[in-house]
Amino acid sequence: MTNSPYIPSTDTDKKEMLSIIGANSFKELLNDVPENNLFPSLNLKEALSEQELVEFFELLANNNLSSKLFSSFMGGGAYNHYIPSTVKSMIQRGEFLTSYTPYQPEASQGTLQVGFEFQSMIAQLFDMEVCNAGMYDGPTALAEAALMACRIKRNNSIVVHHSVSEKSLEVIRSYSKWQNIKLINYKDINQKDSSEYGCILVQSPNQFGEIEDVEKLSNEIHNKNGLIVQHTYPVSLGLLKPPGQLNVDISTAEGQPLGVPVSFGGPFIGILTCKKEYIRQLPGRIIGQTVDKNNKVSYALTLQTREQHIRRESATSNICTSTQLIGLMVAVYLATMGPEGIKNIAEICYHRAHFLAAELNKTNNFTLLSSNFFNEFVMKSKAKPSEINELLLKNNIEGGIDVSKDKENKIMFAVTELNSPETLNKTIKLLGENFD
Amino acid sequence: MINKSLPLLMDQSKKGRKAINLPKYGVPKAELPHSKFLRKEIELPEVAQLDLIRYFTNLSSLNYSIDTNFYPLGSCTMKYNPKINEQISGIPGFSASHPNQIDENVQGNLEIMYDLQNELGEITGLPAVSLAPLAGAQGEYAGLLIAREYHKQSKQDHKNIALIPDSAHGTNPASASMAGLEAVTIKTTKEGDIDLDDLKDKANENIAVLMLTLPSTLGLFEPNILEITKIVHDNGGLVYADGANLNALLGVTKFGELGIDICHSNLHKTFSTPHGGGGPGSGPVMVAKFLEKYLPYPHIKKEGSKFKQYKPECSIGRLNGFYGSFGIILRAYAYIRSLGEGGLREISENAIINANYIQERLKDHYELTSSRRCMHETVLSARRQKKDGVKAIDIAKKLLDEGFHAPTMYFPLIIEEALMIEPTESESKETMDRFIQSMIKISELSKSNPKEIIEAPIHLPVERLDEAQAARNPVLAWKKQ
Repeated sequence: MTNSPYIPSTDTDKKEMLSIIGANSFKELLNDVPENNLFPSLNLKEALSEQELVEFFELLANNNLSSKLFSSFMGGGAYNHYIPSTVKSMIQRGEFLTSYTPYQPEASQGTLQVGFEFQSMIAQLFDMEVCNAGMYDGPTALAEAALMACRIKRNNSIVVHHSVSEKSLEVIRSYSKWQNIKLINYKDINQKDSSEYGCILVQSPNQFGEIEDVEKLSNEIHNKNGLIVQHTYPVSLGLLKPPGQLNVDISTAEGQPLGVPVSFGGPFIGILTCKKEYIRQLPGRIIGQTVDKNNKVSYALTLQTREQHIRRESATSNICTSTQLIGLMVAVYLATMGPEGIKNIAEICYHRAHFLAAELNKTNNFTLLSSNFFNEFVMKSKAKPSEINELLLKNNIEGGIDVSKDKENKIMFAVTELNSPETLNKTIKLLGENFD
Repeated sequence: MINKSLPLLMDQSKKGRKAINLPKYGVPKAELPHSKFLRKEIELPEVAQLDLIRYFTNLSSLNYSIDTNFYPLGSCTMKYNPKINEQISGIPGFSASHPNQIDENVQGNLEIMYDLQNELGEITGLPAVSLAPLAGAQGEYAGLLIAREYHKQSKQDHKNIALIPDSAHGTNPASASMAGLEAVTIKTTKEGDIDLDDLKDKANENIAVLMLTLPSTLGLFEPNILEITKIVHDNGGLVYADGANLNALLGVTKFGELGIDICHSNLHKTFSTPHGGGGPGSGPVMVAKFLEKYLPYPHIKKEGSKFKQYKPECSIGRLNGFYGSFGIILRAYAYIRSLGEGGLREISENAIINANYIQERLKDHYELTSSRRCMHETVLSARRQKKDGVKAIDIAKKLLDEGFHAPTMYFPLIIEEALMIEPTESESKETMDRFIQSMIKISELSKSNPKEIIEAPIHLPVERLDEAQAARNPVLAWKKQ
């Protein structure tokens, strides 16, 4: 008898196979393992049946606040958006879920064509020429884009604009630390001197939700012979001018808002797009259209000579995933939304966020710091953010992020289509009454 | 399977169709940003909901997957992905939990991460664990950064060489190069073991780390492992083990007891999380206690009865936006909890017996790379068949026609016409017997009618592709005809 429902071999099967192999026992197959280090004890928690497993995890899930919430204003790199039924049903298909990287294209046309759809729709949303099949997450996509720009320009200085989030910056540091790369603050740049830079990194909407003048930064860095990398919030592109129309060279994003649950921060998908001329320096998997020997349209991984399994230490990156399943979610999401839907979602986010900001701004407690934002904004507050969040939490609402600095209370709220007008009014009333 | 091309969504699109209804604004309209910031048009497909569902469902049927086919892809550990783990990851208390919440509000998540850290530490014998890396390659990179940071703190800045066997996976040298290390190749014997003389020659005071895959990429256990780790340690270097092949070692032996200092594990291999057609993965990094303070952050610890995130003292930094691939971490923990010690031991036992069974049954038909017992996978060579004009890739394609996914081909690079077969513990003897029969049939066909193999596949949605054209004139997105 085996202990596991995941193992089909019976004792008889094993005995029969061992006898064909010519071994008396399993141990005889392990002659190369040092005798003293063989079969150590494993002090692990005891096994649970399927039913007990569900009960165990339900209990743990109940220790999370999220199990009791009905609305959330939390953003800062991960956003709660509605996930259509089409997305949820398609990712359950085992043919997508349990296949591997499409190394055998004849047996992987499903995965490959979905990946091609992902690349196509992202390229359209960003209005960029080329997109790869997916990176790990937004911050790693931005870090890889920065390294890519340095390779293209053969210049290892990266200008970091203050719009870029601290978390992304921390990832960029981990990715560039041992590669002789210099990170320079945008504020320390002299626009008049003749120095050159590899690239500038800008985030718009920025880490506090504000819309940046990307075109201006683009002109500045091009005058300094560098590239511009814009990190963006993909939902905002339903309303705002896309990177491809802002003279941006490389654009990245966190793909999570496009149909992927926040799931405590992962798995997400990094979006990485660029101008076609930079394709040889683009890291990651790329899917291309071709034909089979009967001239039938088909799809395959392409430009693999950039990659680690061929180029080894000279590869563009060590990455060998495309986070394909999340790419499927994004592809189904964008196809479900269509051009009107994505525009509509962006507008709902925009108007609801501006409504909340304007109403809170009328109270004594809050002051809106900038109204040039998409769906996320920072308010100065007399009350401490922790007190505000505690009050909201008592009403099963997840509050904002505490972004206080220098003893000044500041709180950042994100608003999406999931924050109903009723919740907005309730929040306005709660905060107005309690912190006036 | 359907046998005609499915037109791309943009080619099916018709203005006015839609797949979803959305809510109204429900609030007064606000003033829009300056027009220079506003977008005019978006081009995306317009399709009705049924057409969308039918399109993606039909696309899925063009794939081979574990749920539909035996998938003996060596070094990828294509085991069964239990359905219950999918169900658990979808519990709203997890899937809707926001990563910017304060620790107090996400105690359930942190407890899971803390427990999985401990379980992986126990399984590998390397007790300090970070779940942050988002894939095997990132875990590997994290491991190398830890080695670099350790040497830096020990005032051994000159240590800048990564020794890498010629049989290693391509990510090893690629990661070394990202970590600013010089990749120096170590020779291996024809059975893929590290050449001890070459190691002794190249081991010197500049060695930062040896990167070793255990079992090796040939599916064999390195017999000189204790001597190898000693040589590296004697030169002040650290030993990193690529845990891609950990499925062979559960309860068999522990990295930490063999002199290995750092390893990573692919949760999407050994711990059954789905490959998803190429990710998302997760690649936790495990290290010896003396390296704990270098782990990436956030790391999870327990204080009293509370779970907390913190930044280790000399942390190598942040590797991603939040905590790691939490949905994958959750599935892997569910898998370990559903098996316990007994279940985990059985995995490696069955995986190793299955691989040896296939090796034994095929050894008279294909050239073996080694006469030794293999671990969880076996590497065959199609050198013999090549003389009749049939290459490894032809055998792979013919297997697709037989209803099996192909083995890994042409890896490791040191083996000519390599076919690497990993059955995993998930497959029954009956399934393996059918696969063995197909392999034997193909070997016989290579003598009697090689043409039939070379023309394969003919029963799949497409025949062999013109991959050279795809690279020469890259078409990477839909374009208006």
